[in-house]
Amino acid sequence: MSSDLVIDVRNLNKRFGTKHVVRDLSLQVSAGEIYGFLGPNGSGKTTSIRMLCGLLTPDSGSGTCLGHDVIRQTAEIKREVGYMTQRFSLWEDLTVRENLDFVGRMYGMRNRRDAVGAAIDRLGLGSREHDLAGSLSGGWKQRLSLAACMLHEPRLLLLDEPTAGVDPKARREFWQEIHELAATGVTVLVSTHYMDEAERCHRLAYIAYGRLLARGTAAEIVAERALGAWTVSGDELAGLAPKLVPLAGVDHVTVFGSQLHVTGRDREQLARSMEQAARQYGDYRFAPAAPGLEDVFISMMDNARDDRQ
Amino acid sequence: MTLGQLSWSRWYGIVVKEFIQLRRDRLTFGMIVGIPVLQLLLFGFAINTDPKQLPTAILAADTGVFSRTLVAGLRNSGYFDIQRQAHSEAEALSLLHSGEVQFLVQIPEGFSRRLVRGERPALLVQADATDPAATGNALAALSGIVDTALSHDLRGPWAGLQPRPPPVELRVHRLYNPEGLTQYNIVPGLLGVILTMTMVLMTGLAMTRERERGTFENLLSTPALPLEVMTGKIVPYIIIGLVQVTLILIAARWIFTVPMQGSLLALYVVVVLFIAANLTLGITFSSLARNQLQAMQLTFFFFLPSILLSGFMFPFRGMPDWAQALGSLLPLTHFLVLVRGILLKGSGLVELWPAVWPILLFMAVVIAVGLRFYRRTLD
Repeated sequence: MSSDLVIDVRNLNKRFGTKHVVRDLSLQVSAGEIYGFLGPNGSGKTTSIRMLCGLLTPDSGSGTCLGHDVIRQTAEIKREVGYMTQRFSLWEDLTVRENLDFVGRMYGMRNRRDAVGAAIDRLGLGSREHDLAGSLSGGWKQRLSLAACMLHEPRLLLLDEPTAGVDPKARREFWQEIHELAATGVTVLVSTHYMDEAERCHRLAYIAYGRLLARGTAAEIVAERALGAWTVSGDELAGLAPKLVPLAGVDHVTVFGSQLHVTGRDREQLARSMEQAARQYGDYRFAPAAPGLEDVFISMMDNARDDRQ
Repeated sequence: MTLGQLSWSRWYGIVVKEFIQLRRDRLTFGMIVGIPVLQLLLFGFAINTDPKQLPTAILAADTGVFSRTLVAGLRNSGYFDIQRQAHSEAEALSLLHSGEVQFLVQIPEGFSRRLVRGERPALLVQADATDPAATGNALAALSGIVDTALSHDLRGPWAGLQPRPPPVELRVHRLYNPEGLTQYNIVPGLLGVILTMTMVLMTGLAMTRERERGTFENLLSTPALPLEVMTGKIVPYIIIGLVQVTLILIAARWIFTVPMQGSLLALYVVVVLFIAANLTLGITFSSLARNQLQAMQLTFFFFLPSILLSGFMFPFRGMPDWAQALGSLLPLTHFLVLVRGILLKGSGLVELWPAVWPILLFMAVVIAVGLRFYRRTLD
């Protein structure tokens, strides 16, 4: 079992000054898996990823990445991991091809020319290969970054919010690419804020305030949380929402277009409140619903914040 | 910590990247070529430590032959440009006070008469000595000027008034720069100053730029080693430094006619050494600094003492011991000795060894510090 694990770290901790950014992070990712890494801004996702690829040294904890020790063998890890940073971090004053050439040289690739050519073809960068990277739009930059971090054929890709600020079509193509890569045996750890992307991952981990709060498949995480959810439809929803918030058992009321989405941790209490509200506000239709991943994460985030205070 | 193996291919990749980036950065590139030429022409022509034709006022209460001779002598020396004839002492002093003239020469009443009588009349010269360098040479030349001017007129019956020759005949040879031309001293010095400024600044910015733009994270995530990155980034600037030096030397030879007594090869050896020392400092600065602004500040923190304490602007031996000790830490101090020695005196590297090893030592220490502080991780 453990030989199958590409990432296997236990109790990683990282502090910056007095800020405890990552607390006791344990993570196991199997080969060929697309592993989603979720959590609010500032939750420690980027720091965790940087520790995995040897850019940051954990204060404590242990583990391996591709079989190399995350503390002592960072040089080996760097050679075999492809890391895509959150911000575009290639050289804006180099062209697409020059960037890829440079990255190829950094990994000491023998067949650099062929590999760069292949990467350009594969990601459809051919028409832009002589453009300066700085002149590319967000979607093209993201493709270039992906091409750069897979150039040396790493066995593990660490992607830090790769699709932030990218249009839906480019995102879809991007995920297509990720799934094709995973099919060839590459393991992918990807952090994201998008729920639709989270659902495309094989497994997920949710991290908030430096703590890992949940992990498993999307369905497992939703089921485990056992959140109650109701939808309310009708006219003038905006006026109704504030009246539902103070009801017992209601944690969140969110407007989704022509529906209100009401969730609560206490399913029975929520059901009682909703049935009573249904009688009181006869113009609206109240119906139980299946909670989504987003409901679960928002609920967990609130709990985590309460724990911290 | 695993150091891994240095790779030529990675190193070459970094060099190529730096060159491409440099080529695309037109302004920087223009500055690299423009700065030395501009500064050389500006300072080479502008700076003069032996100022002549200084504005002078005369307050003459005597119009005798000796007074006229004296005034002519002052004028002929080249140091004094007699612009004003004052008519009262108050007027004369106000000219000096307002800065309109640098010198005030007062010839007292009955000067010629008393001189003939052998009464040794006083000749008062008042100087605005706020800037000692501006008045120094003129004042030093003064007694000679007076003696030679008068010696023509003190003939026949007055021959007895001729100044007596001193008991010792003083012979002074001004070697290496007999005419005392400032250019000969300034132009080779500028070589060092320009290199210090551009080399430290350029490389200081090179690494912090990566950090500021976020590309450093990418560089760190690759297997590139600190030594490869540092030296790879230095190479293009060594070549730029050599181009600057060549430009300056051409100008020195053909525009400023600075003599080139020593071997050009020795000069270039010394130049490469000096460039390397400055580049390692720049790279180290950029490892210490968090952003380009800090790198810039560090550069100027280093640049000012380099100019003021190295002997480029003010005589090194004129400084107190502690300041000389401080100045000895700076590579520019030693480079000035080297480049002036080679160009003006024709010295060889063997004679100049005492000025070579401090630069080597400086470089070794700076590299050690730089490697220590190069952040291999983002911590």
